[in-house]
Amino acid sequence: MPNSYPIIEHAYDVVVVGAGGAGLRATMGLAEAGLSTACLTKVFPTRSHTVAAQGGISAALGNMGEDDWRWHMYDTVKGSDWLGDQDAIEYMVREGPRAVIELEHYGVPFSRTADGKIFQRAFGGMTTNFGKGIAQRTCAAADRTGHAMLHTLYQQSLKYRAQFFIEYFALDLIMDDDGACRGVMAWNLDDGTMHRFRANMTILATGGYGRAYFSCTSAHTCTGDGNGMVLRAGLPLQDMEFVQFHPTGIYGAGCLITEGSRGEGGFLVNSQGERFMERYAPSAKDLASRDVVSRAMTIEIREGRGVGPQKDHIFLHLDHLDPALLAERLPGISETAQIFAGVDVTKQPIPVLPTVHYNMGGIPTNFHGEALTIKGSSPEAAVPGLMAVGEAACVSVHGANRLGSNSLLDLVVFGRAAALRCAAVLKPGASHKSLPKSAGEEAIARLDKLRHASGERSTARIRLDMQRVMQNHAAVFRTQETLDEGVRKIGEVRDMMPHVKVADRSLIWNSDLVETLELDNLVRQAVVTMHAAANRKESRGAHAREDFPDRDDVHWMKHTAIFLGADGKPRIDYRPVHANPLTNDVQAIPPQPRVY
Amino acid sequence: MAEFSLPANSRVGKGKFHPAPAGAKRVKRFNIYRWNPDDGQNPRLDTFEVDLDDCSPMVLDALIKIKNEVDASVTFRRSCREGVCGSCAMNVDGTNTLACIKAIDDVGGDVNVYPLPHLPVVKDLVPDLSTFYAQYAAIEPWLQSESAAPAKERLQSREERAKLDGLYECVMCACCSTACPSYWWNGDRYLGPAILLQAYRWLVDSRDEATGERLDALEDPFRLYRCHTIMNCAKTCPKHLNPAKAIAEIKKMMVERR
Repeated sequence: MPNSYPIIEHAYDVVVVGAGGAGLRATMGLAEAGLSTACLTKVFPTRSHTVAAQGGISAALGNMGEDDWRWHMYDTVKGSDWLGDQDAIEYMVREGPRAVIELEHYGVPFSRTADGKIFQRAFGGMTTNFGKGIAQRTCAAADRTGHAMLHTLYQQSLKYRAQFFIEYFALDLIMDDDGACRGVMAWNLDDGTMHRFRANMTILATGGYGRAYFSCTSAHTCTGDGNGMVLRAGLPLQDMEFVQFHPTGIYGAGCLITEGSRGEGGFLVNSQGERFMERYAPSAKDLASRDVVSRAMTIEIREGRGVGPQKDHIFLHLDHLDPALLAERLPGISETAQIFAGVDVTKQPIPVLPTVHYNMGGIPTNFHGEALTIKGSSPEAAVPGLMAVGEAACVSVHGANRLGSNSLLDLVVFGRAAALRCAAVLKPGASHKSLPKSAGEEAIARLDKLRHASGERSTARIRLDMQRVMQNHAAVFRTQETLDEGVRKIGEVRDMMPHVKVADRSLIWNSDLVETLELDNLVRQAVVTMHAAANRKESRGAHAREDFPDRDDVHWMKHTAIFLGADGKPRIDYRPVHANPLTNDVQAIPPQPRVY
Repeated sequence: MAEFSLPANSRVGKGKFHPAPAGAKRVKRFNIYRWNPDDGQNPRLDTFEVDLDDCSPMVLDALIKIKNEVDASVTFRRSCREGVCGSCAMNVDGTNTLACIKAIDDVGGDVNVYPLPHLPVVKDLVPDLSTFYAQYAAIEPWLQSESAAPAKERLQSREERAKLDGLYECVMCACCSTACPSYWWNGDRYLGPAILLQAYRWLVDSRDEATGERLDALEDPFRLYRCHTIMNCAKTCPKHLNPAKAIAEIKKMMVERR
């Protein structure tokens, strides 16, 4: 049956899958370095979810007052609840200022200070002097920083004549018998053809999997396709139990309201009109880390102090701020609040709720972007031919909880790092080892099977079941009981996949089949997320266990590495946290109680 | 007198009718353009009745509900669902817009949903935007500067930066270009409002030094001057931008440099 799908062959030095911020930064860097590069993307590049990032990109530029990358490093390690790898964190924060200046030189329309420099705002968990003051470190283009960056990076990719394959859906990695990645299989939605991309390096930049949940700030296309491909290739995902809930998703619609709104002076109140964050984080208040604020909001609602008829959400006040400031610095969320909550932010509070936003977990990599696995006694074995960058990757710079505005930094720093690494280890035009003729046929067979799937359960129905289980059982607060039940229920969802029904049998723009392939990826990630969460018996960052309320550095200061067997059963192993920085320019930051 | 009508294979026929579930109280009809490149059939309009009491408020919400619960083969692009990615541009109720931020209640009567006009259709509500994207690349939309970049950021005053407001926010949805009669007639040679808005974004960026070359490239009877200030672009833009004004500013720059 796969024989009935003619396959079009391609050969490149590097193939990048995904054209968000990380994929584009890698792609333009590779093109600039003279490596033949194909960038495959299931949506036109400027439609990638980086476009929705609002508040900004962190970097210790010091435009608004004294700053130091060491302070940024301290904040990031503390934000990660000591699960972040300190070598990678040092690399990222030291590269920060250069990365942002580079973006400015590319043309990003940053907002400006009175003296014409890049404007920086306060953000959660970003401090000066190792926690003593509030830093203004987040570089912003109003509240459309992701949009500004993504468009600029696409423009730079055009400048370097990078080659794009737009609306190509990546199916699976091509792995050889030695465990090396040799390229990727893809389906061109526009004409229904199948493609085999051979490459000496494949870079996954496929983003997160927010759509495993019922309510998320993520786009419909955030289905973690690269993570799904990695699991199918028998490789591990790391720290999948750490799912970030953003404190301020619009109640109901789930659309993001930037943390920058609190950075500009906004604050949260409960039904008694109390600024309750003062109780939970006396020093940082509304600018505590996202996990801290989301937990505080959840407790307020749980204890009956939520707002609204159902007392099931919280108010975010911006109405005390100068309307001119709102118009200049927060125009995007002002519009979003109007459209999705019917709220005029100059007069009324915005109804908000903690909403799934970001996956700290993903494909384990080192700070060059090289994908890692556990092989024999080595927990750091690089997978030849495979890299991962951006939200798809777990470098890990975010550990158990990402700080706001560190993700845009992550994208450009590690997108660039991956391109530099490729330029160092690959020779342009180097030959490709021969592939077995059947390489990639399994991927086509999987597509063919799903294309003709005629079970009794629609894709949408299974997806909804999965999303409900994740929402209820892998939530802000967790217990063994809810997680064990979640493990059982998500297993039932997985067992429904062979019963899926696809209605559209065509190959041209068959979005029913796309959604089914995405669901196949999502369900696998949901399974490993739930298992990893049930396994980790401590509270750290975004993983808050009511039955294990404390962080346990003795037993759990380690990364979860989770594999998914061909039988659908997860297997859990561990990788050590890198507790030492990259250089002697900074001291390791030893674990401390995490107080804001 | 010559009579114009659609070619025989483009005439839109009547399609299937999907009634609302029993007991639905607030029923809205969605008439959706369907065309499948595989079946050799003419396009058709399928009608779906949706219970608004069981549907989120936007047109995109209804389309997703229809795809999830009634006909999984209904095909459209969508991603961010909050008006920032530009994927779900389509013609709703006779106006090009983003389905995700178009409230169903804003449409009186049936909701007619068609693909963006005057583009080749790939399938259902998915148009072929490749010419539009090629035109974007053709204006070389990246910062061009001869002078060496400083070690730090290029300085830009707040006033200079403010000139980019209303320009850089464009989401490239193509609603404006495909609402423009000039673009309908000369879409192969006229750049259209979206692309010209982007061209102007670089012309007024104080950091860009290629103003002369950029104007040279636009000095052409078609690329720029097919704008006849019809203003459909500004009227239809779902982000409330004003491409017509940007085009007028480019024309002024052309005059001023003579």
